[in-house]
Amino acid sequence: MSDSNRPEQARTIRVGALARVEGEGALHLAMRDGKVDLVKLEIYEPPRFFEAFLRGRDFREVPDITARICGICPVAYQMSACHALEKAMSIANDVDPAIRTLRNLLYCGEWIESHVLHIFMLHLPDFLGYESAISMAADHAPTVKRALRLKKLGNAIVAAVAGRCVHPINVCVGGFYSPLSEQAAAGLLPETRACLDEMCDLTLFLAQKLQYPDFERDYEFVALCPDNEYPMNQGRIKSSRGLNIDQQEFGEAIEERHVEHSTALHAVIKGRGSYMVGPLSRLNLNADKLHQRAAELLPKVCKAVGKELPWRNNFLSLPARAIETVHSLALAADILAAYKKPARSFVPVTPRAGAGAHGTEAPRGICWHRYSTGPTGAIESARIIPPTAQNQMTIEEDLWKMAEQVKSLSDDQACHRCEHLIRNYDPCISCSVHFLKFDRRWK
Amino acid sequence: MVEQIKPPSNGRPKLAVYKFSSCDGCQLGLLNLEDELLDLVGQVEVAYFLEARRRELPPPYDIGLVEGSISTPEEEHRIHKIRHDCKFLVAIGACATSGGIQALRNYADIEEFTRCVYANPQYIRTLDTATPIASHVFVDFELRGCPVNPHQLLELVSSALIGRKPNIPTHSICIDCKRRGLACVLVSQGQPCLGPITHTGCGALCPSFGRPCYGCYGPMDQPNINSLGDRFGKQGRKPREIKLMLRSFNGYLEPFKQASEHYERLEQA
Repeated sequence: MSDSNRPEQARTIRVGALARVEGEGALHLAMRDGKVDLVKLEIYEPPRFFEAFLRGRDFREVPDITARICGICPVAYQMSACHALEKAMSIANDVDPAIRTLRNLLYCGEWIESHVLHIFMLHLPDFLGYESAISMAADHAPTVKRALRLKKLGNAIVAAVAGRCVHPINVCVGGFYSPLSEQAAAGLLPETRACLDEMCDLTLFLAQKLQYPDFERDYEFVALCPDNEYPMNQGRIKSSRGLNIDQQEFGEAIEERHVEHSTALHAVIKGRGSYMVGPLSRLNLNADKLHQRAAELLPKVCKAVGKELPWRNNFLSLPARAIETVHSLALAADILAAYKKPARSFVPVTPRAGAGAHGTEAPRGICWHRYSTGPTGAIESARIIPPTAQNQMTIEEDLWKMAEQVKSLSDDQACHRCEHLIRNYDPCISCSVHFLKFDRRWK
Repeated sequence: MVEQIKPPSNGRPKLAVYKFSSCDGCQLGLLNLEDELLDLVGQVEVAYFLEARRRELPPPYDIGLVEGSISTPEEEHRIHKIRHDCKFLVAIGACATSGGIQALRNYADIEEFTRCVYANPQYIRTLDTATPIASHVFVDFELRGCPVNPHQLLELVSSALIGRKPNIPTHSICIDCKRRGLACVLVSQGQPCLGPITHTGCGALCPSFGRPCYGCYGPMDQPNINSLGDRFGKQGRKPREIKLMLRSFNGYLEPFKQASEHYERLEQA
């Protein structure tokens, strides 16, 4: 466009359907007199009303139903639903350690497949200058093939523990319908170990070879912070600015705002504002609890990217995801190596009236559920706070800053930079929402 | 009759993948074909697939895969353009073939639903119903499942490239259980299994994990729902429970829909 480089005028950028994200959305940037006038991240994923139609359903159906919110991270929805409902049914403290371990193994599988999909298939093309992994594969076939191998292993872990990788069927309130067999666990171990070595190697490759744009902001990082493990299934919810609350209190600590341009509700910490969930938050708040294999790698990665923790640049979410993938593979290998089939795979549940809330760490950040049930176990109310909705306001604030940086670029380049920034968040817009239309116009 | 998707003179057949109201899980099935993915993208030109690539090639497309149900005015409009753009259009997954779990709204007051979830219902533009693709345009094939089986997706695309009918069986889950030698969870454990009336595709996954089938592949051809419902009744299950079982991921697809309405009437009687 001939007038793209005339910052003295006003223009609007509108990004059409954003690619390589899981969902549908659009971005509007308007500039006037060389200044950014408006930033609007529009989420137009059709509303699907889960919280409404869950009412009246039996509590045992909830893990199967909420899995359908997102095909990329169904395990996160199932885990959050199970934990919340186990609290509502007063059996949360009865769940056996062996069941908790199996849940961590299942979550490792989801983190591996989801992180690898995002790092290599969706995000890496931005860094290497390709429009997609399909084009990238022509020049980087060995890397793409290694990534596919890792992704396959992640999916295989989910399928072994819970039946299939999209909408697993073996998860129930109280545990699992049937336990993983020792034979299946032993079968997964060699490939898990091999993939762990692969991922350590790839993590260093990513840290050393990629250029990470300098883009720091003073975020409030929010993540689960268990006492003695890297967060997945449990822990108090803490932040880099002193938030420290019990799981049950999270719904009160944050406020969800419904804005006109989005079917995803914007979450803010009451009295404070936007915050970030996801790999960067988890790593910044919990680096001391990483598995030894990941912990050994961390200083090398920090050195390669030239930044010590805490990382305040979300372009570094890519190496953060890579380190978490190493952690997940190492943890999965440990669990598989020590695996003994549990005496029982689930705790029996008696339906009762109650309420419970719980968040777990989806690959993209905290996925928090709250349910209340009637005396027969029918759901009376449901509230679900997915990770991308929590990040949405932070993404918009990032875009304000980015819009200033790209105002002299052509529309195509500006659009690409903004999309790259949005993909830092691995936005899984299906969670409530989908992605990006980009449109910029000089006014 | 099946016609071969002939490659255009200037290259490979073009594949388009679309998303409507859904969870992304069915199109993810393509990316989950880790062993076959690179071969697949060598055989077809991925011309439009937003979840995977930024580049878009202009229509027409040889094969269009549509995930999701129609639940907004914009989607209602867009599906007609897509039908126009695609020679061979396939609805993939429960949302696209039955309306999906979000079709539960079809039995509810959409304004009340909107107020329940959103603080400002006036911002929400949605239809009263979530409906399958075939309610709006002609589709050349429907692939069932919540989610679809990725290997069936591959079979579908491969068969279209070769020019033969896709080999997608339509028998009930029961047959798979017998073939696998699994103990019947309905007969031997008295569990409420929808296997006798559910379309195959998963390979009897749930019974192999010791839980009853919950019907995520939807109804098989000509199921005997009455007979199964009677059996559930004799096990002491109430009409409301049977209604909820039928009214889930494929609840708006006949004959599950009609049967769920029957049990709803019994529930209210």
